[in-house]
Amino acid sequence: MSQDKSIIPESLLNAVGIESQPITYEIEKGHIARFAEAIGDDNPAYNDEISARKSSYGSIIAPPTFCRALRPGDLPKAAESPFSRNLDAGSDWNYFEHIRPGDRITVTIKLANVVEREGRLGKMIIITRETSYVNQLGQIVATQKTNGISY
Amino acid sequence: MGLAIRIKEVYMTNRILYWDDVEEASEVTPLYKNASSQLLVKYAGASGDFYQIHYDVEFAKNNNLPGIIIHGALKNAWLGQLMTDWVGNTGRLKTLSCQYRAMDVPNEDLICKGVVTKKYTDGDHHLVDCDIWLENSKGDKTTPGTATVELPIK
Repeated sequence: MSQDKSIIPESLLNAVGIESQPITYEIEKGHIARFAEAIGDDNPAYNDEISARKSSYGSIIAPPTFCRALRPGDLPKAAESPFSRNLDAGSDWNYFEHIRPGDRITVTIKLANVVEREGRLGKMIIITRETSYVNQLGQIVATQKTNGISY
Repeated sequence: MGLAIRIKEVYMTNRILYWDDVEEASEVTPLYKNASSQLLVKYAGASGDFYQIHYDVEFAKNNNLPGIIIHGALKNAWLGQLMTDWVGNTGRLKTLSCQYRAMDVPNEDLICKGVVTKKYTDGDHHLVDCDIWLENSKGDKTTPGTATVELPIK
């Protein structure tokens, strides 16, 4: 990467590693059921308490991408893209524990990496953010790495 | 598309997908989807993603889109369901990743598909890696990805 032509502002590079303020969500059974309905997933593990209790899960659990509904706080201004067009390019998830109604999940997002790319749309930057989801027992339930394209 | 039968098969019987029975290059049971605009509004509400390109046609067109498009994260959720339906409640989804390579639109028949790429053990864990993707009605893989599941043994 030729440093003199970089379109990444130095303030953004310096912000790599910065984290948001954590936000804690109390997980409601109704929200899980509504999320499952909104993705068109009728698995009783998400909406039928009796069936879910009888299953190996032992209770209602949340679908894998329910964490998308637990939105992290904003990163500081310096960690934001300088460009107005932003695309979500995808997610990489790791799952460790189930999320259950009554859990308190603490969400923190971190600016993990910024790189410059030449693409179909011209020069663009790829911003990688990592979000962690930790329950009230201190267990990491999931992590999500997202790549955003900004140009 | 036999949705009721699928539900019955997946949940009512105690069907268990065992690691022993999975073979490399075998298929993950496909999952059929067709999003109405109403579903996109539900997803906006349930996820808190209120970007108007997913429900406001005029707004989408002003952003150089043909019309409203499906949330990438909703396609990600479907690929998650592809795997959780396949493994049932004795299997465990360990990783899930996907890339949004092309947009998808409502009222189109879409299929989530997958194929087993690797079967292996890691200590006591019996794992299966899959390539997964969302395919549009033209057969394009708009949303490719990968997943790893842990399965019980006999």
